[in-house]
Amino acid sequence: MDYLVRFAQLHETFRRPELQACATLAGVDIEIITYNQFSPYCVVRLPDEAAARAVAKRSILVKDIFELWGEGTNYEEVHADVRRRTQHRWNDFIAVPFKFTIDYFAGTRSPAQKGEIIRSFSYMGFKGPIRLTNPDEEFFVMEEYIDDVEVSTLGVSRISDPRKIYLSRKIADSCRESVLKYDLKKRRYISTTSMDAELSLITANMALAAPGKLFFDPFVGTGSFIVAASHFGALTLGADIDGRSFRGKETGKLGIYENFDQYGLKSKFVDTFTSDLTNTPLRRTAVLDGIVCDPPYGVREGLRVLGNRRGKPAVNVIIDGVPAYLRPGFVPPKKPYGFEALQNDVLNFAVRSLVPNGRLSMWMPTTNDEKTEFPVPMHQNLEIVSISVQHFNTWARRLITYRRLPEGELSDTTLARKKIDDQGTTADDLNAFRRVVRIIRDWMAQ
Amino acid sequence: MKVITANFVTCAVKECKTSPASFPLHFQDAELEQQELDFQPEFIRNILPRIDWEALRTISNELGFPSLPDSKPEGDALENEQTLRDLHRLLLETQVTEGKLTCGNCGHSYMIKEGIANFLLPSHLV
Repeated sequence: MDYLVRFAQLHETFRRPELQACATLAGVDIEIITYNQFSPYCVVRLPDEAAARAVAKRSILVKDIFELWGEGTNYEEVHADVRRRTQHRWNDFIAVPFKFTIDYFAGTRSPAQKGEIIRSFSYMGFKGPIRLTNPDEEFFVMEEYIDDVEVSTLGVSRISDPRKIYLSRKIADSCRESVLKYDLKKRRYISTTSMDAELSLITANMALAAPGKLFFDPFVGTGSFIVAASHFGALTLGADIDGRSFRGKETGKLGIYENFDQYGLKSKFVDTFTSDLTNTPLRRTAVLDGIVCDPPYGVREGLRVLGNRRGKPAVNVIIDGVPAYLRPGFVPPKKPYGFEALQNDVLNFAVRSLVPNGRLSMWMPTTNDEKTEFPVPMHQNLEIVSISVQHFNTWARRLITYRRLPEGELSDTTLARKKIDDQGTTADDLNAFRRVVRIIRDWMAQ
Repeated sequence: MKVITANFVTCAVKECKTSPASFPLHFQDAELEQQELDFQPEFIRNILPRIDWEALRTISNELGFPSLPDSKPEGDALENEQTLRDLHRLLLETQVTEGKLTCGNCGHSYMIKEGIANFLLPSHLV
């Protein structure tokens, strides 16, 4: 069966991978028939209505899903397609209370034209009462025009008629309303680097968070990702090199736990602990179903791991006969670290800690400039499932999702980076991304 | 720190990772707290194969809980609700709020304060 997905018109490169992830979660095969980044409408093939419901129910970037009744570039084509696809089913809907809605993308019609369009479908012979609130069945006429973004990006010309028209029957809403529930503005415990609710939920979807699973964020901060993973039912663990980030300033309260409490997810919270990923206490064995993280880039927050700076010897300092590290208030020394080295550490950690087919969804920054774009980190035991990009003014960031390959399967890593960059000493030496951002900043200041 | 987490962590010192004596870390001066949570049997069934049963028995004894069976419940035993509830209570609803976790290999201790363990190492152990 063909179904029509109505996407939110944003985060375009995340939409298809998220839809695929939702299908994987629902355990159904999905085939994307038509997709256009400049349009919210996407036609997919799914086994049945239950599958369509299950896929939509998990998606953040899908708004709702419909059964496709007909499509075309003008109304003659649509009517012909509707007859061909659904004539045998019209009788099933003959007495059902129903409603017709017209949905436009980048266009509109006068009330008189609307009425005319709706009446043009009267050959289906529905006799049921028209019910504007709570109808049993809701039919949608969708008209797709060309919007300003496409005009300016592709240089195409605007058109006065729709380029694509669909008739469809609504099946289900997605879970997009959760974006409002998890809005950072209403969250008890956040910081300047908290990931927004929508992208956190999408990240959790890409990594296939679900009930019964165990998820981990090694750079947990205020917990945006693990809260999102727990929303979808996973039990979650978090760690951070700076315990203050998840603990918060209020004594007697654990900041991150306040968020789980706020959303009724206390039973999904396992633990947070203070640790450094490059010296992690986690056992070298596969215990995690998913890892979701946004490693520090060294731009907004310093990138540090445990160790002494500039080759200072590592000695066990004794003060008044007591090793310094056992004295109250001891802060272990930290050294700058390369952002690429850290990403490789994340990949190696994922290979050790994920169960077969477990997923790592990791954010990493890049530039908008294709010439200086960073290669995607790879590992032979990890298959890249998807790469999505979010563009900002002077930079961009990517969400890369990997699948832990079962033993005996290897992925092709010939395009992988070879660079090992943990030998430098200053943050800029170590961090190509920070260097690029600085160059752009200097250039803009001129 | 919950009992389940203690089953997943070992000494953060790299040289200790290969020593059998470093796992499990041993609780000392542990203050315990019980917290009631929603019962999540599907999680227990999923996670149990990844639990090191010997280590769980050791930890459970050290914390003063009744002895666990000699071998890990498997197969039909995982259909028994009481078994799952007992494991749920031990793994997820029992946590150490104050105390130390000590490595049996190098002797280094990690402090637990207000339920949060600190695994950061001084530079001579990195």
